[in-house]
Amino acid sequence: MATSATVTKTNTKKKIDSKTMMIGGALLLAAVVLYKYMNDPITTTAVLSSTIRQSTPLVLGALCGLIGERSGIINIGIEGQMLMAAFVSFLVNVYTGNLFIAITSGILAGMGMGLFLAWMSIGLKMDQIIGGTVINIMALGLTSFFYQVGLTTKGKLPSIPLGPLAEIPLIGPVLFDNPPITYLTMLLVIAVQFALFRTVWGLRTRAIGEHPSAADTVGINVNLTRYLNVSFAGAFAGLAGAYLTLEAVGSFERGMTNGRGFVALAVMIFGKWTPLGSWGAALLFGFASAYQTQLQFSGNIEIPHQFIGMLPYLLTIIVLAGFVGRSRPPAAVGQLYETE
Amino acid sequence: MSKQTNPPIVLEAKGITKRFPGVLANDSVDLQLHKGEILAFLGENGAGKSTLMNMLYGLYRPNEGEIWIKGEKVEMSNPRDAIDRGVGMVHQHFQLVPVMTVAENVMLGSEITRGGGVLSRRKAEERVRELSHQYGLDVDPTAVVEDLPVGMQQRVEIIKALYRDADILILDEPTAVLTPQEANELFRIMHDLTDEGVSIIFITHKLKEVLNVADTVGVLRRGKIVGSAKPAESTQESLAELMVGRAVLLRVDKEKADAGAVVLKVEGLQAFDDRKQLILRGADFEVRAGEIVGIAGVQGNGQRELVEVLTGLRTAVNGRVWIEGQEVTHFSPRKITELGVAHIPEDREKHGLVMPYSLADNMVLNDYYQKPYATGIIMHQDAIDAHGEQLIEKYDVRTPSVKTPASSLSGGNKQKVIVAREFSRPTKLLIAAQPTRGIDVGSIEFIHTQIVAQRDAGAAVLLISAELDEVLSLADRVAVMFDGRIVKILPIAEATRERVGLLMAGSEDA
Repeated sequence: MATSATVTKTNTKKKIDSKTMMIGGALLLAAVVLYKYMNDPITTTAVLSSTIRQSTPLVLGALCGLIGERSGIINIGIEGQMLMAAFVSFLVNVYTGNLFIAITSGILAGMGMGLFLAWMSIGLKMDQIIGGTVINIMALGLTSFFYQVGLTTKGKLPSIPLGPLAEIPLIGPVLFDNPPITYLTMLLVIAVQFALFRTVWGLRTRAIGEHPSAADTVGINVNLTRYLNVSFAGAFAGLAGAYLTLEAVGSFERGMTNGRGFVALAVMIFGKWTPLGSWGAALLFGFASAYQTQLQFSGNIEIPHQFIGMLPYLLTIIVLAGFVGRSRPPAAVGQLYETE
Repeated sequence: MSKQTNPPIVLEAKGITKRFPGVLANDSVDLQLHKGEILAFLGENGAGKSTLMNMLYGLYRPNEGEIWIKGEKVEMSNPRDAIDRGVGMVHQHFQLVPVMTVAENVMLGSEITRGGGVLSRRKAEERVRELSHQYGLDVDPTAVVEDLPVGMQQRVEIIKALYRDADILILDEPTAVLTPQEANELFRIMHDLTDEGVSIIFITHKLKEVLNVADTVGVLRRGKIVGSAKPAESTQESLAELMVGRAVLLRVDKEKADAGAVVLKVEGLQAFDDRKQLILRGADFEVRAGEIVGIAGVQGNGQRELVEVLTGLRTAVNGRVWIEGQEVTHFSPRKITELGVAHIPEDREKHGLVMPYSLADNMVLNDYYQKPYATGIIMHQDAIDAHGEQLIEKYDVRTPSVKTPASSLSGGNKQKVIVAREFSRPTKLLIAAQPTRGIDVGSIEFIHTQIVAQRDAGAAVLLISAELDEVLSLADRVAVMFDGRIVKILPIAEATRERVGLLMAGSEDA
C-alpha cells in the first residue's frame, strides 16, 4: 500500500514537471523570437517562414513512418518513396501541365511504393530493413536513369495569403501566407493525431503494432490492416515528394530529397511516434535548416559554409543519440505476424 | 455436488481430431459442457489441452469431428465466429496490449463509437465498470494494463469476454501465473460467473484446484480423453495416475535431514527492486550443508531480489553474504557459479535458457569456456554435443535431438534441461526459485526427487516457492519472508499451514 502510494505520487510529480517545462520552454521561445523580431523584423520573419516550409516534407515523411511503425512495419524507405513521388509528380506536371493531377500522381506513386514495401515485408516475409533499403536504392536508380536534363515544370504552387490573417505582423506571413501543401500538412498532422488516438482505426492500428496476437484473437485481420496502413501511409511520403518538386523547388534534381526521408525518421522517433510530437520535432529541424541558410546568406561569419550546412544533420545525431533515450517504439515493430 | 436436474448442453465436441505435422495433438476427443457448469480438463504439458481449446475458440480447425454450440453445428474459421456464438477465451499468455488502458483493451475489435468511427471512451469505461460491478471483479477501466498485477490483468481478460456477451468461457491454465491468494479470488469469481449462468471450461495440471472448483473433470493424455470423473469421487492420487498413466508420488519421500556446516550465511541484506524502491529490507539467515531451507512468502516481498543478489545478478545496497566462510557479497555471477553454486532461476525462459540455442549449447552455459568444451577461443562442438546427449539420457529430457532449440520444448522439459545443467556440476549450494512453476506432475515429481538427492549428497539447498505446499513438503526448515525481511524460521515439524500462512500475511507469531 505504502509503496504504491509513493509510486503514484512520483508519477504525478513527473507529469507536472514535464508540463511546466513545456510551458516554460514555449514562453522562453516566444520571448526570444519577440526580441529578435524587435531588432531585425525582416530576417526573423524570413527564418520563421522558412522553418515552416522546411518542416513540411519532414513532418509528412514522419507521418508516413509513424503510421507504418504504429502498425508494426518499419519503414526506412521514406526517402525512396519521397524521391519517386517527387519524380513522378514532376514528369506528370511536365507532360500535362496540370498541378492537381501532378500532385495526385505523386501521392499515388508514394502509395504504390508503400504497397510494394508491405508486399515485401508481409507477403514475401522479407526483413523490413532490407525491404526499405530496396525501395531507397530502386527509387534512386529509376529516377536517375529516367531523368532527362532540360525538362522544366509548367508552373509551381503559389502562396495563398489567407485574407486579413496574413496581415498580422510576424504571425501572418509565417503561418497564413503559405502554399497549399504546407497548409494541408498542418491540417493532416491534427487529423492523424485525432485518428490515431480517438478512432476505431487508430485503436486497431496501435494494437497490431503493440501486440498483434491480441488483435488477432478479437477478430482483427492483422496482416490486411498492415497492408492497408503501409500503403495509405505512402500517400504522406508521396505528398512530401510532390511538395519538393511542385511547391518548394519547381523542378526535379537527381537525389533531390537529400536525406529528408531519413531525417523524417529521426523526427518521428524524437516525436515519440505521435503526429503532434513529430510536428514539434520537424519544426526544430526545419529551424536548423532555415537558420543555416540564413547564416550562409548573411555571410558575416568566419566558419566555412560546409560546416554551417551540417547543422541539421548534426542536430539529428545529437537528438537521436542523446535525447530520445526514454521514448519507446511500438513493441511489435519489425516482427512478422504469422498464425498456425 | 451432483445437480438434480440436468441443465442443457451448451457446448459439445464429437470425435475431434487434430494433426500437426508429425504430431497427433487430439485423437477423437469428445466433450460436453452443461449450462452453469465448471468443466476442468487435466493433462500434462503437451497432452493436447491447449490445442483442444484453441479449436473450440476457432483459432485452429479440426481435421475431423464436429463442434456443436447451443444445439447448432458450427464451422469456425476464426475467433470472430466463436465470439459471435458467445464463446470467450482467456489465454494463458494474456492477449492484452500493455500500453493501453483497460477500457481500450476491452473494447478493441468491438468498439463503442459515437458514429463515424470515433471512439466513445466514456461509454466503454461505463460498460467496463458495470460488468466489473456485476461480477465483483473490481477493475478500474482507466488503469493502464501494464501497471496492473497479473491477477488483475486476468480479470481484464474475463471482462473482455463478458463484454462480448460470452456465456461460455474457456480459461487456459488460469492459475499458472497466479499467487495462491489470487487463485482463490479467481475461484470465487468463477463461481459468481456460473451463478449468473455462464458455463466454464478450464484447463490446468494442478490437481488440488480441480478437486476444489470443478463440477466435472476430464483427463487428457497424449491427445486422448483417458477418463472423466466427479471430484467428489476422486482423490489427487487417482487423478494424477489417470493423467500420467502410472502411480505418481505426490508427497516427496525423504529421510530426516543431516545438517552439517554452514554453507550460506546472509546478514542484513538489503536491495532495491527495478523501480529503485528498497524491497529487500534486511534479510538474515543461514543454510547448512545437507538441509533444505524453504522460503515461504507472498510474491513481491523481496524473494526475487534476494535470489538475484545471492547469485550476483543484482547489487546489494547493504549487508553481507558468505559462502563457506568466504565473503562473496559483490562477486560476479561467474565467480559465484565457479564456487559451486547452482541456480534454478524463477523465469526459465528469460534467465534460464537461451531460447534459440540448441539443448547441447544450453547445457554448457556455465562452463562453455572451460575444458573440455573449449581451448582458448576455440569451441569443441563434439564435446558439447556428447555432454548434451549424456544429460538428456540421464535427466530424461524428451526431445527429438540434442540440436533442437530450447524454445521448442515444453515447460517441463525446459526445466529439466536447466536442472540437468545445474546439477551436473559439483554443487555446494543450490538456489532453486519456483523450480516447478507451470510444469506437470510427472516433471514436478522428477525435479523434487532431484532436489532431495542434491541435499542427500551434502549440498545446502535454498528453495524459494510461491506454492506453500511445495515449501512444506520439501523443506527441512521454513523461513517466512514478509516485507523484505525473514520474519521467522521454523523447523518443519512446527511449520503448520496455518501458522506459516499467518506469518506470510504479516501477523505476529503467537
